[in-house]
Formats: sequence, structure tokens, C-alpha cells
Amino acid sequence: MYEKTVLIKDTDLRREDKTRQAYTQFLDHLRQNDQHSRIQVVRVADVGLYDKGLVIKVLPDRITYANVQDRDLERIANSLCENKEAIKDLVYKPKVKQEKLALRNCGKIDPENINEYIACGGYLGLKRAIFELGAEKVIEEVKTGAIRGRGGAGYPTWLKWNFACKVSSEQKFVICNADEGDPGAYMDRSILEGDPHSVLEGLIVAAFAVGASRAYFYVRAEYPLAVERIEKAIKAAYDYGLLGKNILGSSFCLDAEIRLGAGAFVCGEETALISSIEGRRGTPHPRPPYPSIKGLWGKPTVINNVETLANIPQLISKGGKWFAQIGTETSKGTKVFAVTGKVKNSGLVEIAMGATLREIVVDLCGGTLSGGPIKAIQTGGPSGGVIPQELLDTPVDYENLQKLGSIMGSGGMIVMDEDDCMVDIPKFYLGFCVDESCGKCAPCRIGGFQMLNYLKKITEGRGELNDLIHLKRISYAMQKASLCGLGQTASNPVLSTLKYFENEYIEHIVNKRCPAGKCNHLITYKVIEDKCKRCGLCSTNCPVNAISGDKEKGYSIIQEKCIKCGRCFEVCKFKAIYKK
Amino acid sequence: MNPELIKLVEEWKGKDGNLIMILHEIQNHHGYVPRELSLELSKMLDIPLARIYEVITFYNFFKLSPPGKHLIRICMGTACYLRGASLILEEMKNILGVQEGQTTKDGLFYLDVVRCLGCCGLAPVLMIDNKVYGKVKKSEIADILSKYIKEE
Repeated sequence: MYEKTVLIKDTDLRREDKTRQAYTQFLDHLRQNDQHSRIQVVRVADVGLYDKGLVIKVLPDRITYANVQDRDLERIANSLCENKEAIKDLVYKPKVKQEKLALRNCGKIDPENINEYIACGGYLGLKRAIFELGAEKVIEEVKTGAIRGRGGAGYPTWLKWNFACKVSSEQKFVICNADEGDPGAYMDRSILEGDPHSVLEGLIVAAFAVGASRAYFYVRAEYPLAVERIEKAIKAAYDYGLLGKNILGSSFCLDAEIRLGAGAFVCGEETALISSIEGRRGTPHPRPPYPSIKGLWGKPTVINNVETLANIPQLISKGGKWFAQIGTETSKGTKVFAVTGKVKNSGLVEIAMGATLREIVVDLCGGTLSGGPIKAIQTGGPSGGVIPQELLDTPVDYENLQKLGSIMGSGGMIVMDEDDCMVDIPKFYLGFCVDESCGKCAPCRIGGFQMLNYLKKITEGRGELNDLIHLKRISYAMQKASLCGLGQTASNPVLSTLKYFENEYIEHIVNKRCPAGKCNHLITYKVIEDKCKRCGLCSTNCPVNAISGDKEKGYSIIQEKCIKCGRCFEVCKFKAIYKK
Repeated sequence: MNPELIKLVEEWKGKDGNLIMILHEIQNHHGYVPRELSLELSKMLDIPLARIYEVITFYNFFKLSPPGKHLIRICMGTACYLRGASLILEEMKNILGVQEGQTTKDGLFYLDVVRCLGCCGLAPVLMIDNKVYGKVKKSEIADILSKYIKEE
């Protein structure tokens, strides 16, 4: 067993990777001091910092050195050998700091070993809940912490618990909603795979607070590793007396099991999820009655999201007051975001609520892939909206995002640059919602389909200005009349792009032009004569012989024949094909 | 009666809402849910066949016909879409000569489009059986497929 672990990685992308060289040098220093059996050096593929030169991370001390020069390697190695304090002038000071609550153990402990979780303070929250607090005070503590549901809507967790707690019933249920269907978000998967016990502990505490005797994990079948890890976690918990009869010697009994989803986005909605667990089609039901009063098999049921539950153990063990210090006035704690799309360093980021979008996307994730400007950021997946570049300094919390016409959602954050079309994006999301609509209520089933038709019409160059009015009217009707969250929010991508990028719609409709060069029907390809070297590659590659000419006269594209496949644009080595 | 099915049903019989879990097990085993097994299941659980089929057809995950030998899943999540997944899909369709949800004539590949594989950092992503291919380029697809064809 090593006392210390040193992670090493050259994060400078512009030069040749020097990790191996630095690794050898560092190890040599340790060998010279005969410390290599005490300190382990590991070359890693990613240390979570980018463009920061050579990065060295010391564990378990959590000291990070960035931009380390060759001469400093020896200083760092020596300080480690002599067990000295961190070298202050070399320590990396981040501009924006991530704060890990839900992801606290991910990547640090072995997720399949309950002992490692316990060694990191695991199940202390459960202990405090059962022996110090009791059910009512647990809910009180969660109320003080003011944590809100991380799955999307941001409903106060304590309220859900309180409703279910107050109802008298011989049986109650708790469910962990791990049906992460939002395309572009994968925080729940990461938590379940990296730290399943924290979610399980949260679920047990929830069951204790409301008096439930049975707990379910509802997990996507598309996440086989997550399913396997939860299975192992449940088994270990039974072995350790944390599940089953008389948990930790108290009178509290709870059984837990897994139920698999089967690829239906709508099952993330509470009432649809309940139908699915009951073994039926996952169609939603009108609320009220809310699941907290009448849920699974007609019994009071509390459904919480994975990330919410992963926060509960610490909230209980360290107290609601501690938790409430983090975040903003209305949104407490941290949020995990999955930053993806056209971003330089895509990945998960956990940060206290109230950080601005710019801090998350530019400072932590390095801005756009191309280095160009950000056009917009999409939050909340198919139920959210786009936020234009000029509003990037908005602090992120539930209320602010809602004001901008988007939602927090489960935390997907998709970065878009100048090449992304703001009519194509809502078309993509709407296509998703139409596909996933369960078909039970007409506003969602018919409204979504009609809206998608209008968007198709616009992107194919057949749009009329009146279509925009129709789009808005259908949107409002869907928001008001749909049965569940899927239909109520399906129009958000359309409404928000209409709000911030209406001129782009108008450009499509009036000038029959797609400014981003994305919509196939509205693009024209041309040969730029000045740049063309007359190699003929485009002509030979064209599948429909739409490029005429020869090596003497040069080439041109016959527009009537062109099917706009973009093959010529791709194969031209001299960027002599113009696309707009 | 199918002995495996009997065993499976015995295991789940006492539990409420067991239908989806049983269907999962059947599909894990056969790659799809064969009609004969649905018929038997309806008798064993004493529920109408229509109840079983309404569940199978509602969920994307369940299949009613046998998939090809290799399952190709192309991710159409937002991140992959932005990074050109539709080009990948187009190329795949051209090479294989099938549409999504179809098996190639030789029975070797089944082409499927999925909503999100949960590895958005590697976009665009495709999965063949259990192997994930990340940051795929259109030009690499023929190469990737040829590996599986050569194995035959």
C-alpha cells in the first residue's frame, strides 16, 4: 500500500505530450531518495485541467501543481520525500472552483466495495437519521437544507417527503428515478457507476423519513454497468445490515430492488414511471392526486432523482445548515452539469448554484472547440431552451433559467457555435419529443407533430411568415393543455429560439437562406475559381455528375443537378468549394 | 412448455409488476421476444396476449424480430447530433443498404438508432455489440465494419 499517489499529466495540447518524460524524471528523483516504494506515480489520461502545462496532483492531500517547469519537478519531489507542506508558489489557484458534493466519491473510491464508502464517512447520515433525529426531524433537517429536486422541476424535496409522511397507510414506497433519458446528459449514470452507495444511503434515509417499507431503483436498461453496481451495492447493504429487517439494530425495516426501464423517455415523468414499475405501458396520469398521496399501487410514494439522493447523506450527517450555506438564496447546494456539444473539454462539472454560465462553459470547460464565439447554450434537454451568448453572465439557478425561457432540467448543457442553426436545433428536439410522446393526450400527440411539420417546412425553404404565428399558438396550447411535463415543455426549444433568434427564422422564410449553412435545402455549393487548382477531385467524387468542366477550363457546379450532399465540399483539399 | 420460461416465471411470479422484468430476461436470452414465448407467458401469468404486446410495442427496447448477429447502435443524442451523427448514420445506411431498425440481408448487422449512450464526451459515438467507438469520422466507418465482416 502506497502512502501517497502522484498523478501526472501534460495538459498542453499544442505541443508534444511530455507526460512520459516528466514521469521518468519524477520517478528518478524518488528513486534517488529511496521513496519510490512509499510514493506511487501514475500517468493519467485526464486530470480535469486543460491547457495548464504539466500538472501534478498529490493524493490524498489534494494538492495540485500546474504549469510545472522541469526545474520545479525536483522541488516537488523533494517536498514529498521530506513530507513537507505544499510549495505555495507552485500550487494551482483556479479562477472558478468546482465543489463536489454529489460527485464527492466518484473516481476516488472503489464503487463495488462498501468498506471504501464507509471509510469515507458513508452511512453516517443514516445512522444519525435513525438514532439521533427520527423521522420528523430528518424532514426538518432536509427543509433547513432546502434542497430541491435535481431531476428537472426543482420541487422542494422536504415537501414531497412531508406529504408522504403525513398520510397514514399500511404500506409506502420510495423510488429512485434513474431513468436518465435526456440526450446529452449523463450525470446520473456517472454517480450510479462511481458511487452507488451514496444514492442507496439517500434512498434508505428517504424511506426512513416517510416510513416506507419497500424501495425501488428504476434504472435505464441502457446502463448495464450502473445496474450491475447497484445490484452489488444492494447486496452488500443487506450483508451489512443496512437493508432488510431491523436496520442497524433499530425497528426500521426496508427491502430494496431494481426495476429496469425499457427505453421510453416519458418514463422519467413520475406517474409514467409508476405505470412502468407496475409492469404496464409508461403513460402518465393526471395529477393530483400526487404520487406522494397516491402513487405506486395506489400507495403513498416518494420519487427522487439520483443526484438529489446522492446529496442526502451529507446533508443529514453534516446538517441542513451546512448545506444551506452553499448556493444562492433560492437554490441551495451544488449542481452537476454535463457540458457537451461544441465545447473544448466536454465532461461533468459540479459547481455551487449561482455560478454563471460563462464560468462553467468558458472558464472550466475552455470555451468552444473551434476557439470561435459561442452562439448559444442549450440547457434542460428537450424540455429546455437556448440561452444566447449575450446572457452568458446569468448566474445559474432554477429561477434565473426559467426567466430566460429555459429550465435547469437534469443538468445537460450543450454548447453551440456559429455553425449551428437555430431552426434546426428545435427541429431536432421536437423530433425527439414527437417520437417519445406516449400518445395518450391530444395536445402533445397532435401539437408536437404539427409543430414539427412547420419546422420542416421552414428548413426546406417552403416557410411562410404566418407559420411563426401558428408555431407560437400551438406552443401555448401544448403548454396549457398537455397531461404531463413532456408535452408541457416540448415547445420550449421552439419558443426560446423564436425569442432570441427570430431573425434566423425570418432569414429562412424570407430570403430562403440558412445563415449557419446547416439546412440542406437552403444551401448552395459553388466553386471558387481563384482557389480552384483544377485537380478534378470534386468532379470525380460527385455522385450525380453535377460538376462539369475539365482540367483546362476549370470546374463549375450545375445547380439543377446538385443534390447538396456536400461530397465536393468534403473532398476539396484547397477549400475551393463555397457553401452558403 | 419451455422449461427455462417456467423457471423464470416461478422466480418472478409472486412479485407485482413482473411483466417488464420477465420480458427483459427473455430478450436477454433470445435477442428478441419470440411470439411463441409471449403466448406461453400469457397462459402462465394468466393475462391476455394483448396486454403483453401493448407493453412490448410501447417500449423501444423490446424487439419482435431477431436482430442481426452484430448490433450497431448509432447515438443520436444532442451532443452527437451537433458533431455530425446524422452524417455517420447516412454513411452507415449507404454501406449496409438498410434503414434504421432493419437487419442486413446476410443477417450480419442490425442497424439501430438510440437516443443517448451516455458518453457525450466522445461524440459522435457508435456502439457495435458492446464496443464503443468514439469521435467517429465518416471516413472510418467502412474500416470499422470491415473488421466484423473479416471475422466471418
